[in-house]
Amino acid sequence: MRFTRTSKALGIVAAATLALTGCGAGGGGSTDGASKAAGDPNKVITAYSNEPQNPLLPANTNEVYGGRVVNLLFEGLRSYDANGKAVNALADSIESSDAQNWTIKVKQGQKFTNGEAITAKTFVNSWNFAANSKNLQNNGFFFESIAGYDDVSAVTKSTDASGKSTSTPAPKADTMSGLAATDDSTITVKLAQPEADWSLRLGYSAFYPLPSAALADPKTYGENPVGNGPYKFEKQGSWVHDQSISLVKNADYNGTRPAKNGGVTFKFYTDPGPAYTDLQSDNLDITDVLPSNALKTYVNDFPDRNATKAVATNSTLNIPGYNPNFQGEAGKLRRQALSYAINREEIAKVVFNGTRTPAKAYAPPVIDGFKEGIKGSEVLKFDAAKAKDLWAQAEKIQPYDNSKPLQIASNTDGGNKEWIDAVANGFKHNLGIQAEIQPFAKFAEVLNLRKSQQLPGLTRAGWQGDYPSLYNFLGPVWATGASSNYEKYSNPEFDKLLKEGLAAKSTDEANAKFNQAQEILFQDLPGLPLWDQARPIVWSNNVVKAETGWNGEILYYGITAK
Amino acid sequence: MLRFILRRLLQVIPVFIGTTLLVYYMVFALPGDPIAALFGDRQPPQAVIDTLRSQYNLDQPFWVQYGLFLKNLFTFNLGNDFTGQPIAASLARVFPVTAMLAIEALAIQAIFGVLFGVFAGLRRGGWFDSTVLVASLVVIAVPTFVLGFVFQLVFGVQLGWAKPTVGANANWATLLLPAVVLGLVSFAYVLRLTRASVSENMNADYVRTATAKGLSRPRVVLAHILRNSLIPVVTYLGANLGSLMGGAIVTEGIFNVPGVGNKLYQAVLRSEGPTIVSIVSVLVLVFVVANLLVDLLYAWLDPRIRYDQ
Repeated sequence: MRFTRTSKALGIVAAATLALTGCGAGGGGSTDGASKAAGDPNKVITAYSNEPQNPLLPANTNEVYGGRVVNLLFEGLRSYDANGKAVNALADSIESSDAQNWTIKVKQGQKFTNGEAITAKTFVNSWNFAANSKNLQNNGFFFESIAGYDDVSAVTKSTDASGKSTSTPAPKADTMSGLAATDDSTITVKLAQPEADWSLRLGYSAFYPLPSAALADPKTYGENPVGNGPYKFEKQGSWVHDQSISLVKNADYNGTRPAKNGGVTFKFYTDPGPAYTDLQSDNLDITDVLPSNALKTYVNDFPDRNATKAVATNSTLNIPGYNPNFQGEAGKLRRQALSYAINREEIAKVVFNGTRTPAKAYAPPVIDGFKEGIKGSEVLKFDAAKAKDLWAQAEKIQPYDNSKPLQIASNTDGGNKEWIDAVANGFKHNLGIQAEIQPFAKFAEVLNLRKSQQLPGLTRAGWQGDYPSLYNFLGPVWATGASSNYEKYSNPEFDKLLKEGLAAKSTDEANAKFNQAQEILFQDLPGLPLWDQARPIVWSNNVVKAETGWNGEILYYGITAK
Repeated sequence: MLRFILRRLLQVIPVFIGTTLLVYYMVFALPGDPIAALFGDRQPPQAVIDTLRSQYNLDQPFWVQYGLFLKNLFTFNLGNDFTGQPIAASLARVFPVTAMLAIEALAIQAIFGVLFGVFAGLRRGGWFDSTVLVASLVVIAVPTFVLGFVFQLVFGVQLGWAKPTVGANANWATLLLPAVVLGLVSFAYVLRLTRASVSENMNADYVRTATAKGLSRPRVVLAHILRNSLIPVVTYLGANLGSLMGGAIVTEGIFNVPGVGNKLYQAVLRSEGPTIVSIVSVLVLVFVVANLLVDLLYAWLDPRIRYDQ
């Protein structure tokens, strides 16, 4: 018995060194275990993490390891509950009659842990700081909808002799004209154009309030941040670089996310393998990153101590518009044929071990407003005969250039090769064309080629929701000129529907428009939706219960310890 | 003697420039934009990317980048890594940890390797000799990462004698398990080297003379056989110190040791030229100093060796 367990576990860890994993996912088989005890409210939880990439400033933190710390240190105007529903936190009310002019009432008497009061002015200053191009905040563009953002975020572009252009920050104003604090408790916001779901953004970290010390010296502040959230730094220098960050409960916190434990210590691991071993010996309390081979075994290794929940992350297979094989009427038929030729159900089951679910639309089901059965979404069903038929129709219009294999570009770490091989085989068998992976060692290489429009074939793409909104899965990825629309897809009709959705009076009305916009995507198929992700987590014997939020981040404040 | 040391130290300069140039060029030649890679699918405003790029001199041609790096190095200003942390501070954090690990591993392989080797060599063909020979062969044949995982699971998870990983609390005790794993393979080599050397010297004329003079057995073994057998062993150990410092990437990864190997691994993943080259520079110095020490030890072990002509 013991022997089998050893050899099995050994396999897991050994394989973990071979594959650098990203996040995996699991479907079903999750049980919370009957939690009878309320838990020890003073015990400190140790959690898997890694070195944050930036000083801990909310508006500068756009990666998961810094993000999870920032989210515990701060409380914004709103916060997201476990299901991704935005609820008011520091905001008493957020109102708008025309989706363009917003009035936000800020709760009074709130303080940072250093005693500094939080007023409407605090938010206005923080947001102006974050949006200012001079301050080089990674999340600056989250304020792009506010009137006057263009002036505050202005840059000058210069082109050198070799034609390479460089942007240098050159703000034309220090404050956004559309943003004002009329008194201590009121923020008024004027957006450049109506945006019905704008208030959904307000729970995102970029919108957190900052104390004045942060604005004066962001870099120093980012080493020992002072916030207003459920946790605070244990002491100055709690962030031991490359090793750990220790947070303790903020006793003065009275918001929507009260800490049910005494603190959280994030231990840094460069590889998920050792963390998994630590969890097996109760040397670590919780992880949300499993070594890729543990995806097959974690349910058995941690019976009653695992949970898997769908998260707001999806994957697509993008087809660049500049590829002559996929242009015009024939191209449209071929895109459909490719989509029909992918057996999403089987790949999700066999390759991902049931840890991903076949996509049903351009946004995952966990997002509010998600609709199944959008017109045109039948292309997501595997249908070999239909695929063949469509391909044959396209051949009649314009013959396909089969001289070179159809390449699918991807970085090969993180277990991408397996599913791409499966997809390529589907193309080969069902369409009779040559197809293969175009492997890259690093994600950055693919990204470079995507940006410069040089990929010869298809490419893998993924999107993780910034905040739980349907628009967030469509606008930044598929709108004309959008920041992450690397394949430069453009359809004025789609843009128009998005705009109409943003201008809608209610979220329901807006979501109806966004789903209508997806019909256009299903006609054009600039990318083929592949699957949506779930996030498995496992915990040690010291933990009673844990769960993840809408975006897959563990709700650390809700963890109860034995 | 002094001239010898000076000459050896002067050799450091070309070695240093050669290695850093080579490594810097290799990092430079890596495809992909390291700054864009920091962000993934969600790219920040272009001004942020461009500013970072010029901050790290990535917009400059190779020779300018390398020149600026050397200039900074000689003014003791290593700059920041891509996470905005001073490189000098992170070197000061990781090197002591790895040095502890390496010294512990070196001590284990030197002490036990020589001890076992002498016993095996003195009774060549005996049961101890045969057992140790077979065992060391097995150790040499098994890759380090397999040893690492087995030790971690057996001693860390199942028996619970040690914490399975090191993490934030690196000290002599917590580093013992990884040090054993790290030292084990070289331990086997040291043992075999000592054994071969000892059994060869046993039949040497001076040993017979010493025994004939009526010296005690311990004196013959320690002062005559062992001392003369140590030269190849010391050479090996000296060269090994360098690779223990720099080559512990696998072991540090398995045991999550916050040392040089882990830092280097992450820096390579991020194509952080300055961090990689700074670490390599220190490693070059470690190698050179270790080799110098080995050469100086020769004279002590065998007074016939002279340094100055």
